[in-house]
Amino acid sequence: MSEQAPKRLGRGLFLVAVGGGLSSLWWGKSLTKAVSAIPFAPGGGWRIYTVAPTMPTFDPATWRLDVGGLVDKPVTLTYDELRAMPATSQIRDFHCVTGWSVSNVHWKGVRLSELLARVRPQFSALGVQFTSAEVPYVDSLSIFQAKVPDVLLAYEMNGKPLPREHGAPVRLVVPEMYGYKSVKWVSRIDLVERAQDGYWENLGYDRDAYIGHSNGL
Amino acid sequence: MKAYVTRFSRSERTFHWVNATFFLYLLGTGLILFLPRFSRLVGRRPLIKDLHFWGGLGWIAALALIALLGDTRGLWRTLRELETLDHRRFNPGQKVNAILNAAITVLFVISGLLLWLGERDTRFRLQNTVTLHDTLMYAALALLAGHLYLAVIHPTTRHALRGMTRGTVSEEWARRHHPHWEVPPSSGPGEGTTTPTTDAART
Repeated sequence: MSEQAPKRLGRGLFLVAVGGGLSSLWWGKSLTKAVSAIPFAPGGGWRIYTVAPTMPTFDPATWRLDVGGLVDKPVTLTYDELRAMPATSQIRDFHCVTGWSVSNVHWKGVRLSELLARVRPQFSALGVQFTSAEVPYVDSLSIFQAKVPDVLLAYEMNGKPLPREHGAPVRLVVPEMYGYKSVKWVSRIDLVERAQDGYWENLGYDRDAYIGHSNGL
Repeated sequence: MKAYVTRFSRSERTFHWVNATFFLYLLGTGLILFLPRFSRLVGRRPLIKDLHFWGGLGWIAALALIALLGDTRGLWRTLRELETLDHRRFNPGQKVNAILNAAITVLFVISGLLLWLGERDTRFRLQNTVTLHDTLMYAALALLAGHLYLAVIHPTTRHALRGMTRGTVSEEWARRHHPHWEVPPSSGPGEGTTTPTTDAART
């Protein structure tokens, strides 16, 4: 053992590293932004969140989108029929409630308001429920939220058909809200009396998931 | 006749390799959750999430078990060696690597628990937990890359790998790389000076 004990720095280094890491939970927002902005981020910065054991598969021949519930003219659309409807494009940022974001996502699809007008919702229908082919994922919007012009049923992402992990063939895009409202693999849309809690709302997340103004953020 | 000296006890080696195994397991399951390409390929996210989560708990439990059931006092001495960033059995870089790995482990566990809890109770959901967990992964990979390079590839240092597999390193190498290390006897605990063993004696 040496007489002149060298400085004990190990514990200090450990505590500084742990403390710095933990404190980033509060100050790390800029870090999150920086990490999200890395151009070569794996997967383009996306994370694929699913709740069922397997991702739904898409067969253009058998796929159908049912739109019904409290409507006067329920409709069942094939993939081609959906794509034949008037299309719109938009470039919007995608924000996940868990903290990551993807900037400038190019979406192409049909305005939900366009589809709703076609089925003629009844007077009592104040909610729109979306059922995913990924059982048991469901979510809903109020009729007013659903009619906002930037709410799309998107079938193209960044110039290509929607990839499977992003909800092929059709996903909802609600740019003003966190991603869990943008239901993937939409297979059924029902007009209902009012918006109800969906999959994540049942786990404590907000039904009105406006970015920066919900979920305690 | 080449002399060998003990550098790592059985408990130290077990601790190291169990740690490494769990790290690689968690890296694998974590990357399936993290990378869209793997997520699509494997699917079964709820199952992979469970495997990753319980693997993380198993990691900590396994290390705690080794510390309790193994040579507790010896491991405690090792921990105290890391307190001072001088150069004896370990050089300062090795100590910093070990300390940072320990800090990263603690942060991985805390942020992982927060992610798990946050999915069940929104009070535990913080905006940057995912970023912290991801950043830790990048930091751990950077440390691992340097560690693997020095332990497996770099010609003058890779002899150290033998210390972590068989427990012993050549005395000559030890004196050259760790001149101020008070070299212990090569077999079992005991007083006195170095008792070199030969290759023949060990095989």
